[in-house]
Amino acid sequence: MLTFIVRRALWTVLVMFVITVIVFFIFFKTPGVDPARAIAGRNSNPQILAEIRAQFGLNKPLWVQYAEMMKSLFVSRNLVSYSDQGVLVVPEIGAAAPATLSLVFGAALIWVIVSIAMGVAAALLRGTVLDPLLMIIALIGFSTPPFWAGTVANLITQGGLHNTFLFSWVPPLGYTSFTTSPTLWFRGLIIPWLTLSFLYIGFYARVLRANLIEIQNEDYVRTARAKGLRERRVLLRHVLRNSMVTFVSLFGLDFGALVGGGAILTEVVFGIHGIGFLTYEALTNLDLPTIMATVVFGAFFIVLANAVVDVGYAWLDPRVRPT
Amino acid sequence: MATLLEQVEPETGLRPEIVGRNPWALAGRRLRRNRIALAALALFLLIVLLSLLAPVYAHDVAHIANPLAPNLNGTTVVGGKVVPVMQQGAGLLKLGETPIGPTWNPQHYFLGADNLGRDVASLLLYGGRSSLQIGISAAVICCAAATVIALIAGFFGGIVDAVLSRIMDIIWAFPVYLLAISIATELLTHSNGIPVGPLRLNAGNLWVPTCIIAFAYVSYVYRPIRGQVLAVINKEFVEAAIAQGASNMRLMFSEILPNVVSTVIVLLPLMIATSILTESALSFLSVGVQPPNVSWGTIIGDGEDLLYTRPWVSLAPGILIVLTVLALNVLGDGVRDALDPRAKLRVDG
Repeated sequence: MLTFIVRRALWTVLVMFVITVIVFFIFFKTPGVDPARAIAGRNSNPQILAEIRAQFGLNKPLWVQYAEMMKSLFVSRNLVSYSDQGVLVVPEIGAAAPATLSLVFGAALIWVIVSIAMGVAAALLRGTVLDPLLMIIALIGFSTPPFWAGTVANLITQGGLHNTFLFSWVPPLGYTSFTTSPTLWFRGLIIPWLTLSFLYIGFYARVLRANLIEIQNEDYVRTARAKGLRERRVLLRHVLRNSMVTFVSLFGLDFGALVGGGAILTEVVFGIHGIGFLTYEALTNLDLPTIMATVVFGAFFIVLANAVVDVGYAWLDPRVRPT
Repeated sequence: MATLLEQVEPETGLRPEIVGRNPWALAGRRLRRNRIALAALALFLLIVLLSLLAPVYAHDVAHIANPLAPNLNGTTVVGGKVVPVMQQGAGLLKLGETPIGPTWNPQHYFLGADNLGRDVASLLLYGGRSSLQIGISAAVICCAAATVIALIAGFFGGIVDAVLSRIMDIIWAFPVYLLAISIATELLTHSNGIPVGPLRLNAGNLWVPTCIIAFAYVSYVYRPIRGQVLAVINKEFVEAAIAQGASNMRLMFSEILPNVVSTVIVLLPLMIATSILTESALSFLSVGVQPPNVSWGTIIGDGEDLLYTRPWVSLAPGILIVLTVLALNVLGDGVRDALDPRAKLRVDG
């Protein structure tokens, strides 16, 4: 197990390194492009250009330039957003993180609870109306563009129905931090949570249902039943627990992808000022330093989440550990 | 039963000759029996056809010379009266200009106009062209590249396999949206394009999002196909071919490839669906299809400003995306069931 963790950790570091190299080449070494001009933005003057050339060592050897980029991202953290002069990019990302985490955690909580309930119910009541219902929800869920689901949700809750009793409690689009007003934080996030979780509930429930049915035919489940255990105990302790292996690893991947950048679409549609929204704003201004930082940190988070999932998977299920 | 009876010659009553059927014919027959998959295929083909007919609709039905050009001062006919396309003070706040809403008359702004006074119905069809072109070509490029790489990796094994698989693992780990955002930003900051060999790569080129999407998903297709290659590489027919002195190329492309191609065919509709979804998201974030070109994603994005006054601008392209992707997912399920009835790849039990 220890060798597995060490190998996985080394691999993670290697992937992170390659990602930074790719980002470095995209932003600094695209042929025919002056990176200083791209980083400084449209209204740059010679003085700013000279400063940027010095900061990133643009007339030094390749590896020095790479080291300077990494230094400004991770050590000195002094990348300056050019559209918002004077704003440091890396602390800004830190400040945006709570909004993204609030959104993703809440949605994840809803989709995990609902999909476990639905998946278990569907496995127990096989052949009832719940089966095709799950199928339809899952299909629509992964056929809907996330940003469009949000658009429709906005149209319903902020449009004509906003002034009726149904949705008058929904605050205007935007994010209120938990410390400012817990109730407003909650009311503002409910619709984004539901929208985001809707895209996952059907799929997760279906995976779980298939898994439960498969595991119910395993020998150890038969043994548990033969021992005379109560059905509820067999289901919860033997079947559900084992099917959680797949469920948890799937969840880890999706969660990592959402925090690391996948939530950008939902954040943009609902005006939640998280990391994704920051990236989007930077995109509309072509604010390269901010994009560079969000891409690197987002990618790092995803790679890290995948590594945690792999280790967790190996810990839960010794069969997948490579020797 | 019916097919068996039909084959009995009525006059002679002789038993029909037993006809060998190849697996493709069997799969085709299974697919033809799957009504839901056929309906999905029909829906997808209908959407493709409508998109291909975009110029016909724009020129001959709606009578618009250039559907992608702004039409802020244009007029149209509603109920026999000539009205401007951009209406003064028609919105919720009675301020500013609001484009005309749906007239439900195919000749005059069927679904209304967008912020630039363009006919939404025509845009929708033209947008479908970009979305489908990008989705289909990205999926085809992705599957073709992944198949070739998987064949090489699986066939040569050893160090070749190790290197190729590690490269694929890295692509797998790199987040799709972030990759697309980085590349598109770099292209967008240089409006006169970036030289790539003899060509100048411009951000407005549809092949930019196509290649980004194809690249981002190549490892998703590579993994199952490499598995398939490894599963057949030691079979007797490959040994027989080797004994006959077949070249590496022949072994890869005429012995192994036909045995893994069914996996590729199963993955293709699903990849088209994924590519269309990704394209719409990238275009919505303004890093996909660039103006004046439109795709379903850009129309939804542009319609955000009009959401509460002219909801159809955003609703219609979204409905088309959902229908297209849904059809492709259902079709993909059907193709998988037809090609491999015992597939373990399925999600449901």
